[in-house]
Amino acid sequence: MAIATEVPKASFRLGMLVYDTRYRSITIQVIVLALFIAFVWWLLGNVQSNLAAKGKDISYDFLFNRAGYDIDQQLIPYTNDSTHGRALFVGLLNTLLVASLGCVVATFIGVFAGVLRLSKNWLVGRLMTVYIEVFRNVPLLLWIVLASTIFSEAMPEVKEFKVTQEMIDTGTPPAASMILFDTVSVSNRGTNIPKPYLDRPLGGTMIAGVPINYSTLAVLLTLFASLWLNARIRASAKAIQEATGVRPVTWWKSIAIVFVPTIALLLALGLHWDIPHFNTDANGVSKGFNFVGGINVAHSFTALLIALSVYHGTYIAEAVRSGILAISRGQTEAAYALGLRPNRTMSLVILPQALRVIIPPLISQFLNLTKNTTLGMAISYLDLKGTLGGITLNQTGRELECMLLMMLIYLILSLLISLGMNIYNNSTKLKER
Amino acid sequence: MAQAQMQVSDEVAIQITAMNKWYGTFHVLRDINMTVNRGERIVICGPSGSGKSTLIRCINRLEEHQQGQIIVDGTELTSDIKNIDKVRSEVGMVFQHFNLFPHLTILENLTLAPIWVRKTPKREAEETAMYFLEKVKIPEQAMKYPGQLSGGQQQRVAIARSLCMKPRIMLFDEPTSALDPEMIKEVLDTMIALAEEGMTMICVTHEMGFAQAVANRVIFMDQGQIVEQNAPKEFFNNPQSDRTKLFLSQILGH
Amino acid sequence: MALSYVRSEMLPQQKPPVTETGVLKWVRENLFSSAFNTVLTLLGLYAVYWLVTAAYPWLHNGVWTASSLGECRDIIAKNGGTTGACWALINARWNQFLFGFYNQDAYWRPLMAFGMLFVALAPVLYFGLRRPTTLMAGIASVLLVLSLWGVSTDTWHVMLVVCIMAGLTAIAWVAPKKLVYFTAIYPLVGFFLVWGGSVWGPIGVFVGFCLAVAVLMQLQGRIGVIPAAALSVLVACLWWFWVQPLVTTALANALPIGLVDVDSSKFGGFLLSFVIGVTAISGSLPIGILLALGRRSDMFLIKTLSVGFIEFVRGVPLITMLFTASLLLQYFLPPRTNFDLILRVIILVTLFASAYIAEVIRGGLAALPRGQSEAAGALGMDYWQEQRLIIMPQALKIAIPGIVSSFIGLFKDTTLVALVGLADPLQGITKIVRADIAWKGIYWEPFIFVGAIFFVFCFGMSRYSMYLENKLKTDHR
Repeated sequence: MAIATEVPKASFRLGMLVYDTRYRSITIQVIVLALFIAFVWWLLGNVQSNLAAKGKDISYDFLFNRAGYDIDQQLIPYTNDSTHGRALFVGLLNTLLVASLGCVVATFIGVFAGVLRLSKNWLVGRLMTVYIEVFRNVPLLLWIVLASTIFSEAMPEVKEFKVTQEMIDTGTPPAASMILFDTVSVSNRGTNIPKPYLDRPLGGTMIAGVPINYSTLAVLLTLFASLWLNARIRASAKAIQEATGVRPVTWWKSIAIVFVPTIALLLALGLHWDIPHFNTDANGVSKGFNFVGGINVAHSFTALLIALSVYHGTYIAEAVRSGILAISRGQTEAAYALGLRPNRTMSLVILPQALRVIIPPLISQFLNLTKNTTLGMAISYLDLKGTLGGITLNQTGRELECMLLMMLIYLILSLLISLGMNIYNNSTKLKER
Repeated sequence: MAQAQMQVSDEVAIQITAMNKWYGTFHVLRDINMTVNRGERIVICGPSGSGKSTLIRCINRLEEHQQGQIIVDGTELTSDIKNIDKVRSEVGMVFQHFNLFPHLTILENLTLAPIWVRKTPKREAEETAMYFLEKVKIPEQAMKYPGQLSGGQQQRVAIARSLCMKPRIMLFDEPTSALDPEMIKEVLDTMIALAEEGMTMICVTHEMGFAQAVANRVIFMDQGQIVEQNAPKEFFNNPQSDRTKLFLSQILGH
Repeated sequence: MALSYVRSEMLPQQKPPVTETGVLKWVRENLFSSAFNTVLTLLGLYAVYWLVTAAYPWLHNGVWTASSLGECRDIIAKNGGTTGACWALINARWNQFLFGFYNQDAYWRPLMAFGMLFVALAPVLYFGLRRPTTLMAGIASVLLVLSLWGVSTDTWHVMLVVCIMAGLTAIAWVAPKKLVYFTAIYPLVGFFLVWGGSVWGPIGVFVGFCLAVAVLMQLQGRIGVIPAAALSVLVACLWWFWVQPLVTTALANALPIGLVDVDSSKFGGFLLSFVIGVTAISGSLPIGILLALGRRSDMFLIKTLSVGFIEFVRGVPLITMLFTASLLLQYFLPPRTNFDLILRVIILVTLFASAYIAEVIRGGLAALPRGQSEAAGALGMDYWQEQRLIIMPQALKIAIPGIVSSFIGLFKDTTLVALVGLADPLQGITKIVRADIAWKGIYWEPFIFVGAIFFVFCFGMSRYSMYLENKLKTDHR
């Protein structure tokens, strides 16, 4: 064969910067880079001169100063003597709390509504369509504000729960009563729910200002251990099935393993519920101005949670519906033709494929829900936006620092969630050519 | 078929010298040397993965070659955009999967490039388009969308689309591989008619009947190299290389 | 032979058995096909019953004219009802819900801008088809005149509007495709009508665009699209920042033509939502397309910048962008630049939306087969011709549902501007109205009213996208 000879290189001309595919992209990128650097330079220059004009500097020292404001919902100890940094942390925890609970509730609502919308039942299908269309075509902010307004305006006042001597005499019940077997009260001042209480707690410690409760830790550990054992049981059942062709019955083992140890531990720790109530005198007449016991959940939290869940639930419902619809009828028919029964078809053929379609939009809804917790600001829910981006910002006047820090935190949260999604996507990607 | 009609001139249309190409570290095309005269009709065949599609895609630089020289109609293909544009407007290409533009009607498919690339007036472009549609025998489909046509019709439209640019060279990349058997003939007939008019053609195909009917030369490629080339009669009746014999026995041996 | 059989006459079609037809079959199949289904149906019926019994008396007893909530309640009680809606609030504060605190005698201006919006949209929505375009322009004109009469505009302005709209409708009939030119200048017309001020400002901006286009046209053949585009942007910026202020001030002094300036702090209600929503929607689409192309580019730097921008914007909540507009932008702009809060919000909302649009369009681009761009290349098209003529029309078509749902999201998100102190219909106006002592304690009615209007527009948009999807799909097969 002939020897490949190198074409003599044409000498470089200026026109090649524009007309030669090898240099063209470099030319363009250099221009873009120059423009970008100039733009950033211009921005930074402006920031500098603006800060100088206002006599400010950039400093995050304020995070270590006394905050001086109260936060009504705190998952870790916080007083108005705590620092701004701690207020930030309390706010972040509030964000995470409402976001994670919201994701769970919204998923339940969404799966429920999505499946029902597909049901063969005409009436229920239509009702779910109405629910989905109404809730997703109206701004989320409206649902949040409406929920909050209903709570604060339409719920009975605390005093209406009270039993007076007169009522006992005449035998009339109080104007308002508690719900769920007298364990939960919804008044215009908040929702009071029972609080779990341990007679024999294991104590706790503080690590870097965050309280660690040994009892909670123990319960969680037990639960995880049980779940792990359960997974082992299922794995061994599968092994037996693969070896002999017969799958041993495991459901009762699973139930026992998952629930018994945890319940036993809780009983050993002496769990009981502290139910919200009024202090009463000997006759049963209520005393005091407010409920005692239980946990008071602020309406801002409840309203935000409900609104986020029902709103994002509609999007999840649509994701579920289209996920199930995306699996072609042919798949079901093929499974039936192989002799699989409907429930096995669902669990072995349809669901694994549908999940692959459903999970990505589901996670992006989680992402949206997390970002939308910032709307709690409209009803004074003190999340990260309320503390760092709200009161702290206004008190210290450090707009630049607070906003940048806040954006960074939200960015990290979002990136973590999308990271999770990418890992999932890669692990379930269909192997195709 | 009147072989004598198809004159081959001495003028060189495509000259490929010592051309090499790699995908990453994979050496797809190895030392390709090939000359195509004006009016010549060349069929390239070979097992899949032998680099035949890559070779003709290099001729209008849908793929870049890393070594050697490709000269099309006196223009060398380098990374110079002006040369690439010049070559591409001289060379028509027909793809395996037609690649018609599904959002445009057949007529718009045909007039788009003449109007925007050749800067032809719209009326003139439409007249040319109708002329070529008559030629591929589907003028009545002009206002339909590609999705409404059968595969064979789509491929004929694709041929007409290339012809509307008045190319001097036509490249066919497995034009009948994606077609149902009963549609292959209508596309081949179109190509034969084109050959009879003296168009320079390079055609990657497994249609050996077509090769015997119109080709001046058959090139057999394997593992990125030209293994054998010969006039069709010689090539089919008296293959020289073992690889060629094996290949021919596989595709003809039913 | 038993195997041989020939049918001598064909069987006529027969009716199905009675159990397979009629209402009964439908009810049985759709409502009571199984025990579980029956339970679901009963639960559904109960839910409907509960909703109707709760809502019907309330709606039925609704009061439309009253001056306060107390008066409403009295009227309801007098009619023997226990509950009832007090729509009188909407009636009384109608103008505020629609226009915020906009100058009352200038209501015709935003209304006219709104009516013209549909005329401007018509050629885009219906691809320059004569009938629907004219129909849309005509309907918009008629509704506009009616609504002008509704907000009691003086005759003189009504006449003016009638003339202009009649002219536009005539253009739509005579040359529907030419109406696109009106679409092109609409943003400036709309801005001029809503904000008011001297007519020379918008004209100056328009001249800047003309300059840019002229430079692009002259040079793109000679030096390529990207350098020409860069130069044209440069020329336009030179004009806008240095030359135009001098020219427009001079002209405004010499020929003071214009409308009364309306300070944007007076904007509110649905006027505000529409101004922000429409501008951001129309601005985010082109930026989104560029970002999507950038993200798919093989130039490392351009790809990195696009990805960085898109991921950053999608990673932060919209509220932080709004607060950036209200608090941070002043740090990033040259000292003493202080422009309208609404404009700042619009810019950031546009950037925010464009990142989402970019992702949707990227999905559309990814769905296109490679062969399309190869075919375009083989026909000798350059990058921009390929994108404009082949790739984008198809990618946008695929991305329509996603684009429209981004638009819907954007429109709903305009309510968030209340959080930076603008008077949007939901939080801003409703709060003000509810703070009024006469209407204290009312909440269902304003929320239902605002929610219903949002619903109509959002639902309408999503249905239009379905219509469009179907219409474009039939083109294929």
